[in-house]
Amino acid sequence: MMFEENVLPRELQEIIGRLGEKSREVGLDFFPTLFELVDYQQLNEIAAYGGFPTRYPHWRWGMEYERISKSYTYGLSIIYEMVINNNPCYAYLLRANSLSAQKTVIAHVFAHCDFFKNNYWFSHTNRKMLDKMANHASMVQQFINQVGYEEVENFIDVCLSLENLIDIQSPFKYAPSVKEESKLEGGRLRPVSKLQSKPYMDQYVNPKAYLLEQEEKIRKESLQQKNIPEHPEQDVLQFLLEYAPLPLWKKKILAMVRDEAYYFAPQGQTKILNEGWASYWHSKMMTEICPLEPSEIIDYCDHNAGVIANHPGQLNPYRLGVELLRHVENRWNRGQFGIDYLNCQDRRVRQEWDTQVGLGRKKLFEVRQFHNDITFIDEFLDEDFCHESKMFLYDQDPRTGKYVVASREFSAVKKQLLTQLTNFGQPVIRVVDGNFHNRKELLLQHAHEGVDLQQDFAMECLKNLHQIWTRPIHLDTILDKVPKRIIFDGETQTVEKL
Amino acid sequence: MKMETDLSRFHKIVRGKIKQSLRKFIASGDLVGRQGKKTIHIPLPRIDLPRFAFGDNQKNGVGQGPGSPGDAMDPNQGQSGQGEAGDQAGSHSLEVELTLEELATLLSEELALPNIENKGKKNVENVEIRYKGLVKRGPEALHHFRKTYREALKRMIASQEYDSDDPIIVPIKEDKRYRSFKEIHHPSANAVIIYMMDVSGSMGDEQKEIVRLTSFWLDTWLSNQYKGLEKRYIIHDAAAKEVTAEVFYRTKESGGTLISSAYRLALEIMEEAYPSSEWNIYLFHFSDGDNWSGNDTIECMRLLEEKMIPLSNLFCYGQVESRYGSGQFLRDLKKQFGEDNERITLTQIRDRNAIMDALKVFLGKGK
Repeated sequence: MMFEENVLPRELQEIIGRLGEKSREVGLDFFPTLFELVDYQQLNEIAAYGGFPTRYPHWRWGMEYERISKSYTYGLSIIYEMVINNNPCYAYLLRANSLSAQKTVIAHVFAHCDFFKNNYWFSHTNRKMLDKMANHASMVQQFINQVGYEEVENFIDVCLSLENLIDIQSPFKYAPSVKEESKLEGGRLRPVSKLQSKPYMDQYVNPKAYLLEQEEKIRKESLQQKNIPEHPEQDVLQFLLEYAPLPLWKKKILAMVRDEAYYFAPQGQTKILNEGWASYWHSKMMTEICPLEPSEIIDYCDHNAGVIANHPGQLNPYRLGVELLRHVENRWNRGQFGIDYLNCQDRRVRQEWDTQVGLGRKKLFEVRQFHNDITFIDEFLDEDFCHESKMFLYDQDPRTGKYVVASREFSAVKKQLLTQLTNFGQPVIRVVDGNFHNRKELLLQHAHEGVDLQQDFAMECLKNLHQIWTRPIHLDTILDKVPKRIIFDGETQTVEKL
Repeated sequence: MKMETDLSRFHKIVRGKIKQSLRKFIASGDLVGRQGKKTIHIPLPRIDLPRFAFGDNQKNGVGQGPGSPGDAMDPNQGQSGQGEAGDQAGSHSLEVELTLEELATLLSEELALPNIENKGKKNVENVEIRYKGLVKRGPEALHHFRKTYREALKRMIASQEYDSDDPIIVPIKEDKRYRSFKEIHHPSANAVIIYMMDVSGSMGDEQKEIVRLTSFWLDTWLSNQYKGLEKRYIIHDAAAKEVTAEVFYRTKESGGTLISSAYRLALEIMEEAYPSSEWNIYLFHFSDGDNWSGNDTIECMRLLEEKMIPLSNLFCYGQVESRYGSGQFLRDLKKQFGEDNERITLTQIRDRNAIMDALKVFLGKGK
């Protein structure tokens, strides 16, 4: 691949072989995984490109690279490892890591690869993304040669600013494209379906009054169908691809940005579970299944403690993930599930509940297969866990402006956590009408759930949308508890009360 | 590396970004606090592409750790020890390293400042010795071994004495090379800035912050124009005294105002250490313009007219608006010297955003 000089030393190759074998023995099931040894500069570079050796040219990789390498230089954070969801999986090891750290990372990586391959939410991701990214890169380069750097970069900026207007559920819906659904446009109406009958029986089997009624119903439906899209569409990018008047190269870039957003979406959706799973396995491997040398154990503990460290007031996905998984394992090992357990009100009995069924490991594999962060937390974060792991809700004190611990109440904490994770903590925006005012203007709607949009950004996004749609853009939202419509017509921006 | 293209692209955008939002940086005040020896760190917001995002009425979140309800915590504290790439970055600000020269260049581009003409003052010449070049004769202490052997190698190859199986090189006297130095004369323009600040009761923290920021940019610009710029600081209320830079910026306000006290002290310093024949002298005075008495103002005018203005390159008076409104002194000066006197520059700095305009007025004359 990219760094031919980075051949693995035999010692590491043997470790990888052994850990791979052990991982398969305990039931992990992963794509073939290729490791490469890179120095920190190369790792920072790959990390800035989101794990891929080749991406389309864009300044934001440079920005990311600067951030990563600066924080490396100043010792703020170190990336030990990178692994990408691809078949085969690619993983990078930092050359400067100690051997015990390499072992930990390798075990961690195998668990990630297993997760990528088996978790339901990854099932629609492109497993040849490495090639696809490279194709995207050369495609963009081609456009640059044709229309110029500035032009292409500006358009990519526009697309990236709308990158989050996707519907993370859509790969799992049967998604008839927006166009298909609305094929029936005025004029030709669907004929009324009749029951089969002999001609002389027809007027009795299919009474005339009923037929007329049906016909009227169809006509009404067809009038409603004229709305484009038929139902509010959260995959705004898809909608734009189908209906916006874009030249081919722009269309292709927009499609590319959308593809990449969908590819990365499951990683955001399963951050806690994925990291928890990998941390669970690296610690199992290093301490039980394939134990480290006694001389390495302190080094390992130090490293592991850093990974799952608790930073006051922050939620460390590694920590939350691994703790919650262990909680699940423990409960299912002791038979703490089912109606009897859940209905048991006596704390003492609950605590000592142990049927010795030992289903923990089995349950964990089930969790890694079917859950994402939201469902994982919704299903397994219970009151006991919330107290044991000292979770709290913080809020800003309106008087002092300082952040304070607001509550340790289980239901409040859980609700907030789930809200934070919903749609990656981003607002839900839908296309409601692509022919608003019957003038091909675009009407969007923000599904307001208590938190306002950041207004200046929203306005900029409308401008960017206008560049794509070329007709006025409207966005319905709520600002300071008042329903408002934000409008950008190509020149001026207005906010009106609804 | 491939990243270089993207990185340099990013840097170019950032440079452009600095220019456009220079006003904001000056007003934000983050620049001065963090200047190191040579490079300074500008906390610059990263280039955030706009996206639909939640505004700031989302303030709560979930954390983990000790503490009971009501205890304070900082949701931004702590750094994660490890991360997978592709993580969303928090609201980190990006630090762009610029040398002071680069910063001054940006400033001059932004404000279209002219370079300063060095006005016929008697220049003091500095002599600098630089080792450049090579010569064939010289003291053994300056013997350049590498070049000598290279010469020897060249000679031996040319004369076919060189045997690659037995690569022994023996330099002879003609091969020897010595480092040689050159004297470089360059005229040095000496410059001194004398800052005077009113620290009377009416100058509040905000006013001093404005003075502090303005002074930083003046420093940056003038240091770029003169090597070895010297700075002196005077604070005054009813009496004036010379102080260090730290004291200058930190003194608590008190007392009344007699501006002439500062002018007298400045004159003393000038006469003592900076003869105007050899020095470019810049005088900056910041006050809210609330002088104690009319008589003192008359005294000030006399000092300015007779001594300070003739001896200095530039006298600048910046009047900051205090919480009691703006004083009389600016008007008095205008009456005395007229609005566009060559030797005196007057401006009013209403708030932080006016700093850029003040700088332009101060430095726009190219003196």
